[in-house]
Formats: sequence, C-alpha cells, structure tokens
Amino acid sequence: MRMPLSAAIGLFLTALYFLAAIFADLIAPYGMAEVVGDVWEPISAEHWLGTDSIGRDLLTRMIYGGQTTILIATVATLLSFTTGSILGFTAAVAGGWVDQALSRFVDLMMSIPSLIFALVVLSVMPVSLPVIILVMGLLDATRVFRLSRAVALDITVMDYVEAARLRGEGRGWIIFREILPNALSPLVAEMGLRFIFMVLFISTLSFLGLGVQPPMADWGGIVKENKDGIVWGVPAALVPAVAIATLAISVNLVADWILNRTASLKGGRGG
Amino acid sequence: MHPLIRLVARRIALGILLLLAASVLIFAGTEVLPGDVASAILGQGATEKTLANLREALGLDRPAVVRYFEWLGGVLQGDLGTSLTNRRDIATTLAGRMSNTLFLAFWAAVIAVPLAILLGLVAVRYQGRWPDKLISGTTLASISVPEFLLGYIAAFFLAVQFKLLPSVATMHGGMDLGDKLMAIALPVLVLVLTVLGHMMRMTRAAILNVMQSAYIETAELKGLSPFAVIARHALPNAIAPVVNVVMINLAYLVVGVVVVEVVFVYPGMGQYLVDHVAKRDVPVVQACGLIFAAVYIGLNLLADLISIIANPRLRHPK
Repeated sequence: MRMPLSAAIGLFLTALYFLAAIFADLIAPYGMAEVVGDVWEPISAEHWLGTDSIGRDLLTRMIYGGQTTILIATVATLLSFTTGSILGFTAAVAGGWVDQALSRFVDLMMSIPSLIFALVVLSVMPVSLPVIILVMGLLDATRVFRLSRAVALDITVMDYVEAARLRGEGRGWIIFREILPNALSPLVAEMGLRFIFMVLFISTLSFLGLGVQPPMADWGGIVKENKDGIVWGVPAALVPAVAIATLAISVNLVADWILNRTASLKGGRGG
Repeated sequence: MHPLIRLVARRIALGILLLLAASVLIFAGTEVLPGDVASAILGQGATEKTLANLREALGLDRPAVVRYFEWLGGVLQGDLGTSLTNRRDIATTLAGRMSNTLFLAFWAAVIAVPLAILLGLVAVRYQGRWPDKLISGTTLASISVPEFLLGYIAAFFLAVQFKLLPSVATMHGGMDLGDKLMAIALPVLVLVLTVLGHMMRMTRAAILNVMQSAYIETAELKGLSPFAVIARHALPNAIAPVVNVVMINLAYLVVGVVVVEVVFVYPGMGQYLVDHVAKRDVPVVQACGLIFAAVYIGLNLLADLISIIANPRLRHPK
C-alpha cells in the first residue's frame, strides 16, 4: 500500500526533529549556554533566529531545547505505556477484584486534572528530571490503562485466547504472546498522541518554572526566558510555538495513518 | 421510588465519595516524599531551628492520618489553614481570587459554548465539504499549540503590534464592568480558542451520531418537515450528548485557566496556586488543588445528572 502524502510529510518532519535532537551537539552552531551577542539581536547570517534575552544564539537554544523536550517526552511516554498497558492487560485478563481495584483507582486518579495533581506533588518534590518524568509518566499511565484494558477485553473473548487458557498457559504468556501482538496497532497510534501530550505537558511545566531548570534549554523554558520581549515587539518567545505545533501535527498525521492502515487490514473503516 | 430519583441520588452519592477520595489523594500527594517534608521545603540552607519551627507549623510530629482528618475537618468548616509564606488566612485570600477566576471562566464559557455548538452544527450541515474541513483543520492546529503559547501569540499580535487590547490583565477595585471586560479580553480569547476545538469536534460527532439513527430516517420518510424532524426527534436525543460535551470542556477550562492566568498576570486562583508551588507553600497548594478538583468533579457530576434527566427512556419507565 502506498503511503499517503500527509503521512510521508509527517514522518519526514518527525524524523527530522528526532535526528536534530540526537545530533544536537554536532549541528548546533554555538554552545548551549554560550553568550555570543547582544540581547535580542534580530535575525542575521550569524544568528539565524536572532539571540535571546541574555544574548545566547536562539537557534542553538532551540536545538538543545528540542533535545531536552523530546528526550523527556519520549522517556515519559515509554514509562506511561509500559505501566499503563501491563496494568490494563492484567486487569482485563484477571478480571474480578483485581480489575475492580485497578479500575476504581484509575477513575479516582482521573477525577483530578493531571496538571493540578502534578503541581500538588511538585510542591514537595525536588524539581529534577527523574522526578518530572516519573510524575508525568505515572499520571498519564491512567489514560493508557483505560485504552489497553478496553482493547484487551475485546481480545480476551477470542477463541485463540480461550485455547491458550485451556492448554494451561500462564497469565504472562496470555498477556505477552496472545494479547499484546493483537493490541499493538491501536496502542501504537495512541502512543503518538500521548507523546504529543507529553511535549505539551513538559513545555507547560517548564513555562510555569516547575519543569526543566535553567541553564538547560527546553521549548517551554525558552518561552519563559523570552516572554518579556513580547511587550517590546521581540518575537523570540514565539519561536517554540512553531516547533511544538509542527512536531505535534506531524506526529498526529503519522498516528492517523497507522490507525487507518491497521483498521483496513482488519476490514474496518478507513483506508 | 421512581428509578430516575434513585439514579440521581446514587450518582450524587458517588460524586461525594469521589470528592472525599480526591481529598485523600491530594493530601497523600504531598506525603509521598521519602524522608522529611520540612527539609525538602526549606532546602539545604535550613538550620536545625527553622526546621523544627516548620515541623511544628505543619504538625509533622503527629501521624499523617490524624493530620488529614484535622485538615478535612477544617476544610468542611471553611477553614483552609494559614499560608506558610505570609501567615495569612488562606480562605480570605482565596475568596477574592476565586471570584476573579470565576469572572474570567464565566465570560470564556459564555462565548465558547454557543459558538462551539453553532460551528458544530455548521460542520454537520456541510459534512465533508469545505466548511467542515476548514473547521477540523483549525481544530487540529489549535490543539497542537499549548495554551500559554496561544496567549503570547495573541498578545504579540493584538496587544503589541496592533495595540488593540491590553497585554496584561490588571484588575483593581475601582473598575466598572466595561473596563474589566476590556482587561480580560485577551485571556478570554485564548481560553475560548483552547476549548473551542475540542468542543466543536465533540459536538459534531454527537449530533452526527443522532442524525444517522434509524428514527430520524423514519421521520424523514413519513414526510415530516426538516424543522419538525429536528425539533421533535433530533433535539430531545441530542441534548444529553451535547450537554455532556459542554460540561467536559468546561472542566477542561479549569486547567486552562491556571496557565492563562500566569501568562496575563491575572490575579486569580491559578496564579496563586503556581506561585505557591514554587514557594513550596504546602497548605496553599493543598487548598487550591482541592478546590480545582472539586470544581472538576462537580462539573462532571453535573454532566452525568443532566444526561440522566434528559434521557427520555429513563423518564418514562415501563
């Protein structure tokens, strides 16, 4: 099947962002926290995006910022997926009180907005990268739990799962060898959306001053550092908007394509 | 007992239970730290004496369960405790800020709800044609940019470049309604933009779902006018899902308001919360967190109640 143009563009841009994040040290024109010019210099040949609030090269800050943002979002997404899907599958396969206890706990977690709960926890926790990743990942695992439980419930009633049960396979085998391969495609599409959510989440936390701490760069922090320039007509704080929006839309396009493609494999709608 | 009343009573009881559990979770959220909360709050520069003072102020010498019930008992009587940073009563500080936040959220809701329903209807009417595609395209773009960046984009263009609106939402006592509305125009605009996308998309899906049902087709085939089809058959069934959509998005507004207040330096509850998280003022954070959670749970409860009451099948039991 040919890849639609929108998905190809999405995949290309997503790959570009990830490559820029991985090879940030090689492609960044200046050092991460190196002061190289005046405050808020306009765009020039030396500084493609101008300079920031204390005279650092904005393009360099954006590249390193992308590295931090994408790294945190990726690790948090992986954490949220492993925890959420293993618990979700366990709830679906085990049923009974295990399912009840886990589901009610997740309902409770979701009754408080994640940003508010994150703020409550961060008011006593030290603001460091592992803590932030842990808080973001575990809060988001609730959503993955709901999806993977719903998907797994549809699969557990299939004949091949019944067959595996009858031949005496353990719970681990049923979860990893029977359910996981069949639940993978909706989960992968969801993973894209969760990743975007994580990018927005960490950017918001950093913007509020409760995420990545200076002098490290990240996209939300760049907005915070340069926001005072807005009043003087300096658009430096708006540059991360372009990066976040294009990354979010690209990942969305890829996720849509994966979902459509797998839906048509199973004879569903879309194509 | 009428089954409707029983359902409503059960849902309200569940809501209260959820709120209680949420208060446990918020309290526990500040206790999860392995080790001493007091030294985490004060940092490395703390002396033995300041540590001991703070431990006493927080009541850390007593077990967490006792402190939770004391806190809960106080909250139920309207006593939210005193702030660690300025020793003021939290409830009195919060009252003014809460009315500011409600003022902001109220105007955002007044504009966003009718607009979203209208645009959702337009998208259904022109389904698959350019207005529909335009609406879903803008939705995707608007949900891909975080609120705070939308805020600065709006401030940069509307306040700085074209000087139409003030870039900072200052509020003080002597302002009349017109001045206040002018001051909050930008934050309201940003809040409307952030919830509009979701609300339109969900309204569109809810109405499409109703319009595609068999009974709508039957009504059309038996020769009812399009107006009668909508008024008699589509509307009663669409109320519940649309109200649900509205409530869920108003609950989302609760979170949006926190960030937007920080962007426009608006003296509301969200900014109060964020400021005191950075200052590690635990009692303030707990109080604000609880109020935000209560509003969120309350709106979700309201959504469920309205859909129970609006469901014709539950109103006329067999």
